[in-house]
Amino acid sequence: MNPLVDPVGVVHYLVVGAVLFTAGIVCMAVKRNALGVLMGIELVLNGANVNFVAFGSPVLRADAGPLAIDGPVIALFVIVLAAAEAAVALAITLNFYNNHSTVDVDRADELKG
Amino acid sequence: MMPSSLFGMAAMPLGTAAMPLAAVNWHGLFFLVFAAVACGMAVAVVLADNIVRMAFYLVLSLGATAGLFFLAGSEFVGAMQLMIYVGGTLVLLVFGVMLTAQAPFVSIKTATGDRVLAGIVAASLLAVLLQAAFSVHAWREPGRLPAARAAGGPLEPMSSPLGMALVGVRVDDPSPGPSEGGGVAQGGAAAGGRSGYLLPFEIVSVHLLVVLVGAAYLARAKRRRSPRELAEALR
Repeated sequence: MNPLVDPVGVVHYLVVGAVLFTAGIVCMAVKRNALGVLMGIELVLNGANVNFVAFGSPVLRADAGPLAIDGPVIALFVIVLAAAEAAVALAITLNFYNNHSTVDVDRADELKG
Repeated sequence: MMPSSLFGMAAMPLGTAAMPLAAVNWHGLFFLVFAAVACGMAVAVVLADNIVRMAFYLVLSLGATAGLFFLAGSEFVGAMQLMIYVGGTLVLLVFGVMLTAQAPFVSIKTATGDRVLAGIVAASLLAVLLQAAFSVHAWREPGRLPAARAAGGPLEPMSSPLGMALVGVRVDDPSPGPSEGGGVAQGGAAAGGRSGYLLPFEIVSVHLLVVLVGAAYLARAKRRRSPRELAEALR
């Protein structure tokens, strides 16, 4: 289990992915700055990407054969979609900032019933 | 005399340290470094209140994640992570930070109750995820980097099969499908459902185009008219 002695396995990458995912979820939940929420989304997507790459890596697991391409390809799709998502979300944030002169998501409560 | 004796004194512990030096698992050591930077900076993003510092920590975290991708043998994904994520998406985010970083919004404090609640939720979520990660026996097996290096197989560059998979041809999968002599036409879906990624590739490219047009439309600068201009325009 010790990565200094044993070869690095899938579970080590899974731990890193879990930490990134959790940090992203918390960042999305507690940040009041809209851009902080966006950064949380990026962290979540990266945690998922770490898992995809680890599951498909032929260096980390012996039975990765069929997945050796699927993992990296899906990770690439995630990266591209994250770029698209960041562009649209940033545009929405800037629009909100232009209209309300704030980026505090707690102030975006006009739709509240 | 003095330098040589110093050299001799220095060489003695170095010589004794050289034996474990050859035995150090460098892959594991670099994995530990990159993993520590990635996780630590991700936690720093959560804990920081200043939005500019959060952006910087995020850059470090995502860069270290690219290093992890390199260590996992997916050098193309690592390079794309550096170029698209760190070089593109985060620059976009930093632009957003700069455009909106007025004095009251640089650091918006989170309420303490929210922080405590988020800490509890994070601990439970992390416990569940770690338990799931450690629960599968096959994932706990040590990696096969030494065997892979001895065989010389899996450390070959992965970008060409990746590119072929994106245009719909799986060159990495030599397993014969049910239609061994059936030619390429039946090969893909019939061979165990493992076909290429041509359709998702096309969908994602059209999606990118639509998204960028939409983003440009949403973020376009609307010219504000002063009341006098408005009155003149209405007249």
